[in-house]
Amino acid sequence: MTRMLNLKLRIWRQNGPDSEGAFLDIDAPGIPEDASFLEMLDVVNERLISDDIEPVTFDHDCREGICGTCGVMINGQAHGPEKATATCQLHMRKFNDGDEITIEPWQATSFPVLKDLMVDRRTLDRIVEAGGYISAPTGTAPDANEIAIPKEAAEMSMDAAACIGCGACIAACPNSAGQLFTAAKLAHLNVLPQGQPERWKRTEAMVETMEDFFGACTNHGECHEACPKEVPLDFIAMMNRDYVRSKVKNRSLASQ
Amino acid sequence: MVTLDAKIPEGPIAEKWDNHKFSVKLVNPANKRRFDVIVVGTGLAGASAAASLAELGYNVKVFTYHDSPRRAHSIAAQGGINASKNYRNDGDSVYRLFYDTVKGGDYRSREANVYRLAQVADDIIDQCTAQGVPFAREYGGLLANRSFGGAQVSRTFYARGQTGQQLLLGAYQALAAQIAVGKVTLYNRSDVLDIVTKDGEAAGIVTRDMLSGEVTAHSAHAVVLATGGYGNVYYLSTNAMQCNGSAIWRAHRKGALFANPCYTQIHPTCIPAADEFQSKLTLMSESLRNDGRIWVPRGFDESRAADQIPEDERYYFLEEKYPAFGNLVPRDVASRNAKTVVDEGRGVGPLSNGVYLDFAAARARDGVEAVKERYGNLFDMYERITGEDPYSVPMRIYPATHYTMGGLWVDYNLMTTVPGLYALGEANFSDHGANRLGASALMQGLADGYFVLPSTISDHLAPQLGNSPVPTDDPVFTEAIDTVNDRTRMWMNVKGTHGVEHYHRELGKIVWEHCGMARNEAGLQKAMSEIPALRDEFRKNVKVLGSPDGINTMLEKVNRVDDFMELAELKVRDALHRAESCGGHFREESQTPEGEALRDDENFAYVGAWEWNGEDAEPTLHKEHLEFEYVKLTQRSYK
Ligand SMILES: Cc1cc2nc3c(=O)[nH]c(=O)nc-3n(C[C@H](O)[C@H](O)[C@H](O)COP(=O)(O)OP(=O)(O)OC[C@H]3O[C@@H](n4cnc5c(N)ncnc54)[C@H](O)[C@@H]3O)c2cc1C
Ligand code: FES
Repeated sequence: MTRMLNLKLRIWRQNGPDSEGAFLDIDAPGIPEDASFLEMLDVVNERLISDDIEPVTFDHDCREGICGTCGVMINGQAHGPEKATATCQLHMRKFNDGDEITIEPWQATSFPVLKDLMVDRRTLDRIVEAGGYISAPTGTAPDANEIAIPKEAAEMSMDAAACIGCGACIAACPNSAGQLFTAAKLAHLNVLPQGQPERWKRTEAMVETMEDFFGACTNHGECHEACPKEVPLDFIAMMNRDYVRSKVKNRSLASQ
Repeated sequence: MVTLDAKIPEGPIAEKWDNHKFSVKLVNPANKRRFDVIVVGTGLAGASAAASLAELGYNVKVFTYHDSPRRAHSIAAQGGINASKNYRNDGDSVYRLFYDTVKGGDYRSREANVYRLAQVADDIIDQCTAQGVPFAREYGGLLANRSFGGAQVSRTFYARGQTGQQLLLGAYQALAAQIAVGKVTLYNRSDVLDIVTKDGEAAGIVTRDMLSGEVTAHSAHAVVLATGGYGNVYYLSTNAMQCNGSAIWRAHRKGALFANPCYTQIHPTCIPAADEFQSKLTLMSESLRNDGRIWVPRGFDESRAADQIPEDERYYFLEEKYPAFGNLVPRDVASRNAKTVVDEGRGVGPLSNGVYLDFAAARARDGVEAVKERYGNLFDMYERITGEDPYSVPMRIYPATHYTMGGLWVDYNLMTTVPGLYALGEANFSDHGANRLGASALMQGLADGYFVLPSTISDHLAPQLGNSPVPTDDPVFTEAIDTVNDRTRMWMNVKGTHGVEHYHRELGKIVWEHCGMARNEAGLQKAMSEIPALRDEFRKNVKVLGSPDGINTMLEKVNRVDDFMELAELKVRDALHRAESCGGHFREESQTPEGEALRDDENFAYVGAWEWNGEDAEPTLHKEHLEFEYVKLTQRSYK
């Protein structure tokens, strides 16, 4: 028999970016432990709708922990208590009957609240647009096996590329720093042979765009703790080293 | 009067694509900037098309309802992407990939398109590698492959269990580069609510800004829909929650024929539903079937745990019935067999609604580490969802709706029956016939976007050189905006008793019950009367709260469910008319003595393309007859 949970929820409600917000206190009885966290919110929403109250707005899509669309603060933790797990993959069996759960949107000045639990994360795309790509226009590519890539490099690139761009790292950081996200984007491309020609230009541009939008990193490591894909902190050190070198490299490339 | 002209080029199959590229009209490089193209969708098909068109010099406007182009449903694809590189030296070739795809599609696809798909597949792997997609590699640094359901060669390229994510990031990054230089304008959180035509040709679209609620018109010389599939018509499916059929449905209502809506793929390896609140079903990649063995207890209503059931009381139904392919039979065959054993009362799990997928043999043979390297993240996902550890107990799986082979009818240029309106990726019907092989959707989406459309679109654009797009104050646009606003007002005024979700769930039940894994005339007739009744009740009694002038997820969804109601009816109508079984379309009346799908080539070797005649009129069926010059029509057999 499926265990049923009776919960007390405090959910942040805010009508728009410029409105005042407030907590909605609401009981959520009869939640099956096999439900996911978002399915629990679905149930709450259906009950609100039947009482003619607008449902709580939250972002979500794949519900498989891969698209990076979902993400809320659960009892103050980005994506909640389970390690390496996005909100949509958190299941209610991780909670106990009678628990009080506080649900809030990501908190970071660069992620303004749009409505209730939904925030605006467009700044993450701006960082990628600054240089997070390899310029290889369609049709120009050589045979895929022309350049051998050491398995270790491909694996490391994949560890970085596993980032789902949810923004939990920034929401969890006391300074709202964007280091882990940016470092992951950089490492994905910078460790590959194909990524070398633009490496220094990419690093300088992305780091500086990041600094335009996000806070400063003071090495708390909360970002890694909150990351649903456990992107390693080492990438930040790699980014910092590359950034310093990029200043010199880009100047000497320009003078060639 | 619509005539279906597939525009298949002349010549031997291996030369058709080259011949065609030579004969299409071109736009010279300096003139490309004089053309505007709208691309709807930033999944693999849309992002690759938008980036490639912008690289060529066209001005591109790209629309997505996601907050970022990186989040499209394509991101969830796990298993891999096919190409016939023959890096494994196991006898693969363009011809074999072509042959497998036509056969796998149960001879209901167009040979010329499939051959081209197989031809450009190799270029996709090259392109993605150059972009930095971290495909799996061998120790020597060269690319690794795995085999996938329905194929006897190892031709699937993959990036851990996250192939779709990595391919999409590649396309998204290429798109970001074009956004940065201003060749692409991105409209995120924009819901395309209508397609606009003028004098029968595509003129543009109407969108709703999902943050402000503002309804706007956009015009261009061509409109490209890369809006994905309509599997969520079943409510429960492996598709992302926001996937919907609205853009293609609205295009259909504006004159684009809808082909083979009844062809749906039910994927054999999904996690069975756990309770009534289930909002979606999760796919466990088919690659698991390479190493997992599928079985159920031989006895009925078994209550012992899996490890208590001795070997000789286990029924490895796929291995027994199909010794040559075993657990790797195509998806439709695997799914139907799972349904059969569950219906017989051999189902496993708390709700007896699954079959086992067991890795004990693979662990014993290759070691836990090897299994972990191949499937680690899938196993973790399984454990998070079910609370069970697949390293110690077998997984439970059951089929679920996964992919829609049907979609907008397109010619060889990927143009719909509306001139200037194109459909790419899962949104079109091409290439997969009645059943899609594993790892072939990513291939098709990227083939369409990177290589096909950029070469064919100039045929439509070139003659328009010097013409401006239809201005957005033209009556065709102002009327379209009025229609969208009227529809919104209508929903806000119903003030009924049930939320939108309720109706979507009810619709899903009807479609799954009568037009799911197995279909028969009586059930389909029943659905033909149940769906319109549900739609009437929905339109009279749905409840949409809040305001249209701002974020309103209920309003977004009500339009989508409304479109699904109409689409569902067409799907059932199509299933009813196709009184044969083929691929994913299994009509119980048409099966071999062994219970396999029995095609009727005499009467049904055609693409069924439906024309919209208005809300109160029946649609007209048009037929594109399929010629098989190269792959001989045979009854599929995986024995
Ligand atoms: C769980 C899962 C695993 C899969 N695994 C594999 C695999 O291993 N190999 C394989 O080959 N295939 C796989 N597939 C299938 C494959 O992922 C899809 O068929 C393919 O990615 C579809 O790509 P697409 O570009 O056509 O559409 P999508 O990726 O669905 O993109 C649709 C885009 O259109 C936009 N859009 C849609 N409607 C509107 C609108 N009205 N207004 C504005 N924007 C709109 C969306 O925002 C989105 O950007 C899998 C599918 C699923 C569900
Ligand atoms: S909804 Fe996609 S990661 Fe959670």
